[in-house]
Amino acid sequence: MPIIGRFAKNITRMQALLTRLRALLGTVLLLTAPLAGAQLSIEITGAGAPRMPIAIAPFSGEEALGPGVTSIVRADLERSGLFRGLEVPPLSPAPTEASTVNYAEWRSRLADALVLGSVAARPDGRYEVRFRLYDVVKQASLGGIAYTLSKDQVRATAHRIADFVYEKLTGEKGVFSTRIAYVVKRGSRFELQIADADGAGEEAALVSFEPIISPAWSPDGRKLAYVSFENKKPVVYVHSLLDGKRNVVANFKGSNSAPAWSPDGSKLAVTLSREGGSQIFLLNADGSNLRRLTSSEAIDTEPRFSGDGQWIYFTSDRGGTPQIYRMPASGGEPQRVTFEGSYNVTPRLSPDGKTLAYITLNEGKFQVALLDLSNRQVQIITDSDRDESPSFAPNGRMILLATVIGGRGVLSAVSSDGRVKQRLSITEGDVREPAWGPFIE
Amino acid sequence: MRLVIIATLAAAAVAAGCATAPEEQAPAGVEERAAKPPAPVETKPVARVDLTSKPAAGSPLKDPKNILSRRSIYYDFDKFDIKDEFRPLVEAHAKYLRENPGTKMLIQGNADERGSREYNVGLGQRRSDSLKRALTLLGAKESQIESVSLGEEKPVCTEHAEECWAKNRRGDMLYNGEY
Repeated sequence: MPIIGRFAKNITRMQALLTRLRALLGTVLLLTAPLAGAQLSIEITGAGAPRMPIAIAPFSGEEALGPGVTSIVRADLERSGLFRGLEVPPLSPAPTEASTVNYAEWRSRLADALVLGSVAARPDGRYEVRFRLYDVVKQASLGGIAYTLSKDQVRATAHRIADFVYEKLTGEKGVFSTRIAYVVKRGSRFELQIADADGAGEEAALVSFEPIISPAWSPDGRKLAYVSFENKKPVVYVHSLLDGKRNVVANFKGSNSAPAWSPDGSKLAVTLSREGGSQIFLLNADGSNLRRLTSSEAIDTEPRFSGDGQWIYFTSDRGGTPQIYRMPASGGEPQRVTFEGSYNVTPRLSPDGKTLAYITLNEGKFQVALLDLSNRQVQIITDSDRDESPSFAPNGRMILLATVIGGRGVLSAVSSDGRVKQRLSITEGDVREPAWGPFIE
Repeated sequence: MRLVIIATLAAAAVAAGCATAPEEQAPAGVEERAAKPPAPVETKPVARVDLTSKPAAGSPLKDPKNILSRRSIYYDFDKFDIKDEFRPLVEAHAKYLRENPGTKMLIQGNADERGSREYNVGLGQRRSDSLKRALTLLGAKESQIESVSLGEEKPVCTEHAEECWAKNRRGDMLYNGEY
């Protein structure tokens, strides 16, 4: 599409400019107000460049829905680091998606893109939201959608609108409608929480007095596999989020941990000590058909499938220090993947399979590294020192991770080019073990 | 699976123990059959699994003057070998397990907080496996001991410094009734 191409070209030009600006000014610090009712609050600690100016006019009649739909759309887009929401003064009459757009006026407000819309009550007590996205520079409509919703679906609808705008303007899918899982330790309680990608709408899936680690989303987003210590030892469960049903999938003698889903959701790779040591096994998602994949005297753990299901990446200290290896998903001779440094763990593949994120010990600091699998280039993209559990957004653009700031566990998100940085923290308690969920159809 | 089964048996045992007068069963209908010698009534003894009994007061496991009351051994950074200072303790527990073959032990290996949680589960497992091996080499039965790892998840000390980490690099021996 020519429009996306033009934006991309603008972006490249602005990128160069802003990189120079940033070199002069240092990192731009932006603060967003904490979202009302959110458990996790988000602070943008490093803004990416460039940010496309977009005007999102308050939808006519949106007060009827309670919290402003358009403010959620704007916050979503700004959080991506790619957009700057413009202040829109009150307009009379309020423009809607049905209005004739005065492009010259919006251009003079410096908008490159514009969203207009309206909210109307329906006879059945529900509401209809209509919106349209415009390319102000080209003076063209980029399409729109109408959603029917009830009042409790305002946030979900706003995330869908932001996804539509994001995809039209960047050419890649948005992740505002996806969810994240993480573990909060509050006093002696451990809570496995599920929230929207912006940290709002937190819901506890499991609360326990014993630790919970390693949550992993099933590819369909309906279940989480994780490790719970409620039986005084690590046991792997699969937990259905809709009905709260929990199935024990690995509770063999010894320790059971590090679950990873196969891309088709039919199998789990796990680490078991049932035959001595920590070794990687494969089993069906219901716990049946156990078979051993690795045979070493070393610690083999943290398995992860490649997106095509052909490989399993894992951590092993068979070479003397923990490093990342890969082997065919059916087992077989492992090949070493990381070579630099004495401690490289927790492999996570990008959704396109081209990049491997992992944790590396770099001059005494545990940081997130990205390895380009085609040219073997390694780049460290964080500046914190106790990073753990990197997790790619399903569009590959951001990486969520756990780190420690001021002695407290927080989540941090960094764009895969290292430029956009956000911190998600909680008023009390430690947050850790993040896992970004898949796209929701 | 094993724990689940034991838990079920335990629940059954508790239920049986707590039951008041057993309910009268309705008499079974008598079926007329062709003459066939009735099968002999067999009463097989029921194997009792009792998870409620804790080592009684006066047990050497609880006597603070007895070496058996000590249950933890500590490891150097990134190490899993048993240091000489803990040899007598390991030998005493091996002897107790040998002399009490019905006794079961759970060994929980632990790691300090640095690095990956899952890799630390591996390090803790290496420590508990090594302790189990030492106990079995000294005569305890393999079936008496389960070695597991708690990784970095159950620190006894929470400062982010070496004095604390040294306390958290630990193997704990628990007897049945204690876990």
